[in-house]
Amino acid sequence: MTQSITGAQALVRSLEEVGADVVFGIPGGAILPAYDPLYDSTKVRHILVRHEQGAGHAAEGYAQATGRVGVCLATSGPGATNLVTPIADAYMDSVPIVAITGQVGRPLIGTDAFQEADISGITLPITKHNFLVQSPEEIPRVIAEAFHLASTGRPGPVLVDLPKDVLQSPMQFSWPPQINLPGYRPVTRPHGKQVREAARLVAAARRPVLYVGGGVLKAHASAQLRELAEMTGIPVVTTLMARGAFPDSHRQHLGMPGMHGSVSAVTALQKADLLIALGTRFDDRVTGRLDTFAPHAAVIHADIDPAEIGKNRTADVPIVGDVREVLTELISAVRAEYSAGNRADLAGWWRTLDQWLETYPLGYDDPVDGTLAPQYVIQRLGELSGPDAIFAAGVGQHQMWAAQFIKYEQPHTWLNSGGLGTMGYSVPAAMGAKVGCPDRLVWSIDGDGCFQMTNQELATCAIERIPIKVAVINNGNLGMVRQWQTLFYDERYSQTDLGTHKHRIPDFVKLADAYGCVGLRCETKSDVDATIRKAMEIDDVPVVVDFIVGKDAQVWPMVAAGASNDEIQAARNIRPAYEGDEGEWGQK
Amino acid sequence: MSTHTLSVLVENKPGVLARVAGLFSRRGFNIESLAVGPTEHPEVSRMTILVSVEGTALEQVTKQLNKLVNVLKIVELEERQAVQRELLLVKVRADDSVRRDVLQIVELFRAKVADVTPEALTIELSGRPDKLEAMLRMIEPYGIREMVQSGVVALGRGPRSMTQAALRSVERSA
Repeated sequence: MTQSITGAQALVRSLEEVGADVVFGIPGGAILPAYDPLYDSTKVRHILVRHEQGAGHAAEGYAQATGRVGVCLATSGPGATNLVTPIADAYMDSVPIVAITGQVGRPLIGTDAFQEADISGITLPITKHNFLVQSPEEIPRVIAEAFHLASTGRPGPVLVDLPKDVLQSPMQFSWPPQINLPGYRPVTRPHGKQVREAARLVAAARRPVLYVGGGVLKAHASAQLRELAEMTGIPVVTTLMARGAFPDSHRQHLGMPGMHGSVSAVTALQKADLLIALGTRFDDRVTGRLDTFAPHAAVIHADIDPAEIGKNRTADVPIVGDVREVLTELISAVRAEYSAGNRADLAGWWRTLDQWLETYPLGYDDPVDGTLAPQYVIQRLGELSGPDAIFAAGVGQHQMWAAQFIKYEQPHTWLNSGGLGTMGYSVPAAMGAKVGCPDRLVWSIDGDGCFQMTNQELATCAIERIPIKVAVINNGNLGMVRQWQTLFYDERYSQTDLGTHKHRIPDFVKLADAYGCVGLRCETKSDVDATIRKAMEIDDVPVVVDFIVGKDAQVWPMVAAGASNDEIQAARNIRPAYEGDEGEWGQK
Repeated sequence: MSTHTLSVLVENKPGVLARVAGLFSRRGFNIESLAVGPTEHPEVSRMTILVSVEGTALEQVTKQLNKLVNVLKIVELEERQAVQRELLLVKVRADDSVRRDVLQIVELFRAKVADVTPEALTIELSGRPDKLEAMLRMIEPYGIREMVQSGVVALGRGPRSMTQAALRSVERSA
């Protein structure tokens, strides 16, 4: 049955039909027609943010916490360009979001009209796909296609640009539309022969490692991963994007690999004879110097995106497919290998791994100057909040500490900006996660630098009753940059002191108060638990805790940028000594 | 570095050329030539792209191209199993004293004279890129005033068609 309505009404109807229950956005001239029918919608809740970047990251946080598509809405020109950073962020981290932007009317396109920007051109390289809608009849189909593209295959951002006159014109609405994407056919079903070949390698490997990436979370494959890991006894490492995909408390978990990974995770990859890479892309922050990464290892690489396979590291067994389906089939194929009597003994490998785990656990020292250790604050946040809590981090030292010192037991409890490294991600992403999961405790763990980039969304949180909690790990500096200045620039601290300690500008407690949030401050170790508990008791308004921590704390272990992972330092100038114990499992 | 010929079927939609060209530039792939035109199906265009890459990079090029939603099908055309043609228009100085010599070259290459004036000839030649180069070398001493070359277009030899399967999927979803 068709019905005559405007393009704008068709947009809102389409959003209702695809099940978009929340939209984050800000109105403006070109998108204004859409806001009129949105005013009447009982199915779509619009959350008025304070900056479009907040809308984009909120859509990401919503998507990452719930697994559903996040939606953001902005007007043409500056509204649209303010979405560019979150769209690029979602592209790098494969987050399913749909960004809807107003555009100047069709007759004005290309005339440098007021608030005109070629947003489909601008976002070409940072979207999975985008649309410039040419007629109101296209709207239902384009919205359906946008949600389909964003959420299937390798997820990612899709932008829909809607000229104002298209929104105002009449059209005949019918649902469901016919999706017309002849060039889009993601392969989800893995090739049986490849899976059997992988199983043969898995059963025969003496030093295998499951190298787990964010794709395992996207595919909702944590249960299958655990089954394979427990069946085989193979150790697991989870990348920054995969924290929570495998329980941190599990004895087979070696921690996070990469630049600030644990010694055992980094070294296990270096010494492995087989990497079972699942939904991961051999990012430079994981591999370090690529030509020295995991030099002895054969590689099984399973990913839904064929272009990731062989991009950075040649795969001996490439498997294109949805990681959950790959794992399901791999489990039975490995079981068949075991039944045929093929199963290598991993006891020697585990003796070595256990030795590394025991000798080089993650840790930190309390600062000698008596200041509060940021790692302690973050660790206690994790311990007191429990395994159901969701954490959204900004970018920098606090992000790495939050990845290291919080124990993630469940998937989709750790949100961060891994690929793009977007400072300012945390507060709006936590807001989006809380909207998607209102019954969960949601912490934003932010730095004092990051927090000042997007804290305007505290107003949104306070007014829209989205009671997130923000832990500002306030070291008065751009901490990670400062750490690099300490290590690589002779302690010349050029432009990294934010004055948030020296001048207390801004005073984050007063800022919280100004935004209608509760502001708390904690400066000593003995107050940490009580402050966190107090924050957790408040559940009707957002809470901001200003944790004043030492500025000299550093993130360790570390592999310097461009260095080989063999050069990992457990702490500054401390290289692990494990060369001698290689005899036990026989270096190839 | 070696040159490969990719025949790419794309949906005939606004912005597709920008998507393909943008992909090449941002991934650091080098396009030697690119020709776009319609096919027997109004909703499908064919791009012939000559790309020069090293070893395994070609696989990345095709995989990344395949990720573009508007790209329907990609085939690498091996030189010996494909017909490759390029079009050249060249305006050469040719007054009474040398016109006869220039026309001899035109005949030798089975080219055509597309335009003639007392001072110059415009020659039209189509063929494989090496044939075009050979004629240009012969013409050059007479003075090339200006010239233009199309990109290479190519089709696989034999009765098979790469468009049919792709077209079926377009028609199915239309």
